[in-house]
Amino acid sequence: MNWASWSDFFAMGGYAFYVWGSYGVTIGLLVTEVILLVIRKRTILEHLGRVRGAARRGMQ
Amino acid sequence: MMAVGFFLYPADSMFISSGKTPASEGWPSGKASWFKFSSPPAFFPLAGVLVPWFGTAAVLLCGAGLYLGFFVAPTDQQQGEAYRIIFIHVPAAWMSMFLYMVMAFWAGVGLVLNTRLSGMMASAVAPTGALFTFLALWTGSLWGKPTWGTWWVWDARLTSELILLFLYFGFMALQAAIEDARRADKAGAVLALTGAINVPIIYFSVQWWNTLHQGASVSLKSAPTMAATMFAGMIVMALGFWMYSIAAALLRVRCIILERELDSQWVGDYVKALR
Repeated sequence: MNWASWSDFFAMGGYAFYVWGSYGVTIGLLVTEVILLVIRKRTILEHLGRVRGAARRGMQ
Repeated sequence: MMAVGFFLYPADSMFISSGKTPASEGWPSGKASWFKFSSPPAFFPLAGVLVPWFGTAAVLLCGAGLYLGFFVAPTDQQQGEAYRIIFIHVPAAWMSMFLYMVMAFWAGVGLVLNTRLSGMMASAVAPTGALFTFLALWTGSLWGKPTWGTWWVWDARLTSELILLFLYFGFMALQAAIEDARRADKAGAVLALTGAINVPIIYFSVQWWNTLHQGASVSLKSAPTMAATMFAGMIVMALGFWMYSIAAALLRVRCIILERELDSQWVGDYVKALR
């Protein structure tokens, strides 16, 4: 095991800013990309649902 | 496989298993052919079923990679803990180049065979490729400051990687600027294929020029010049990024397919099946 304690782990031997700055931005951007894609698909489907609803009402 | 797919995307599994997929666009029917998945309405549900599998693989592999990188791999004698950035820096840099080749490949296929889905695949890969290119530069900068003493230097490796980011941006901006999707695909393909010359330049830059960036620590020809556990962490992380990229590209290609085929009958059927 490399770390004596959790605070030792978070300190990263004095390089906390660089290490966590790298890992934080990476994880943050990957998660953001997935969220944006899920929102994008939901928006398309909501739009399609509205169009279908409007078309059905128009026919009646 | 269908079980998990059904759990997450019931409408997609139904589309595939019921055989209701309007797959035949002139492709020979009868025998199951992989070519049928080159049509957007047939590929759409298949992508939906595949996403949770690649997504799960990505989470598991990245988790294992983080564990290896932080808890198994030892502290580097020269760089201390700052070296742990390489567990995401190197895989991100590999993905940035690999995804560009994938994008250029699909763009080229679309240009030659004039298949609709190929252009959509190229467009779907581009933003994820740009993301990994940015991450390679970002993590490299954060590694360079404590190790080299500088955030940035205009050496061949760093400069050609920055050009790769601009190539991705150029591809996306060009496609966004052209109204007609098929014409956007063609113009983008020419740009993507021309820019592909930059990928070998990035890769071999550390050999061809005298760069501050170090040479490759991992090559196909010789044993890696690092501890086995460090090497393992990097490889597992790279596999995780690879699976993530596939999942993200499939999610995006589903959006692109829906956006481009909004008015078609099969999209109407799909929306109906969701209710």
